Amino acid sequence: MAFAKKTGPGGKGRGRGAKAAGDKKDGQRRGMFRRRKVCKFCAERIDDINYKDMRMLSGFVPERGKVLPRRISGTCALHQRKLRTAIMRARQIALLPYVTD
Amino acid sequence: MNDRKYELVYVMKPEASEAEVAELQAQVESIIARVGGALEKTDVWGRRKLAYDIGNHKEGFYVLHVIAGSGELMKEIDRRLRVTEGLLRHLVVRIDESERKAERSKTIRVEDSRRRRIARGLPPDRQPGEGPQQADGDDDDRDGYESPEA
Repeated sequence: MAFAKKTGPGGKGRGRGAKAAGDKKDGQRRGMFRRRKVCKFCAERIDDINYKDMRMLSGFVPERGKVLPRRISGTCALHQRKLRTAIMRARQIALLPYVTD
Repeated sequence: MNDRKYELVYVMKPEASEAEVAELQAQVESIIARVGGALEKTDVWGRRKLAYDIGNHKEGFYVLHVIAGSGELMKEIDRRLRVTEGLLRHLVVRIDESERKAERSKTIRVEDSRRRRIARGLPPDRQPGEGPQQADGDDDDRDGYESPEA
């Protein structure tokens, strides 16, 4: 599998998307439970992020019309990059908004 | 250099008649025939709401073509579409490379899993009704949506 199955906090996460947020930097997590985020595209094995797939893309474009940041969605760097290109393409042909206010 | 594959999407004004749509398609086809290439697929999405207003239009008529041909061909099509009246937007995307990449990572993944299964002494493909269908164990949604840490 391209990603390790849920490893404990601080466990040896291997592969992309396996890093728990702020795992090392602030050692104490004041009793907060944080679900480990997994890249949706890695998990569902989507290799090709298509700009025409509105149903998939709209999940990563919040109301304001911006691209949902990685720190919230948990998407891995590779797929975030592909996602960004797809969103930018969809914007060009008015499938997605540039801004909404 | 003729082995590339492109996707062409264009958005026409919503009031475009069927004849106009057909005419533009014929135009594209004639360019393809002249420069050399092949029209692999045509997909008419029809009227759709635009995500933002273009001019004073709120809707557009979408058409998708998949074209095999050279970069020169797409350049010519792009140039022609730029000067076409009644067209709101168009987009040309090269797709053969990304398709190939996706294909490759898929085969790598399949082979990987087969190799690992054989190493574990299992038949290379998943048997029907074997094991959990999807890995889960991730159902502690004590805080599902995290607020951005500013």
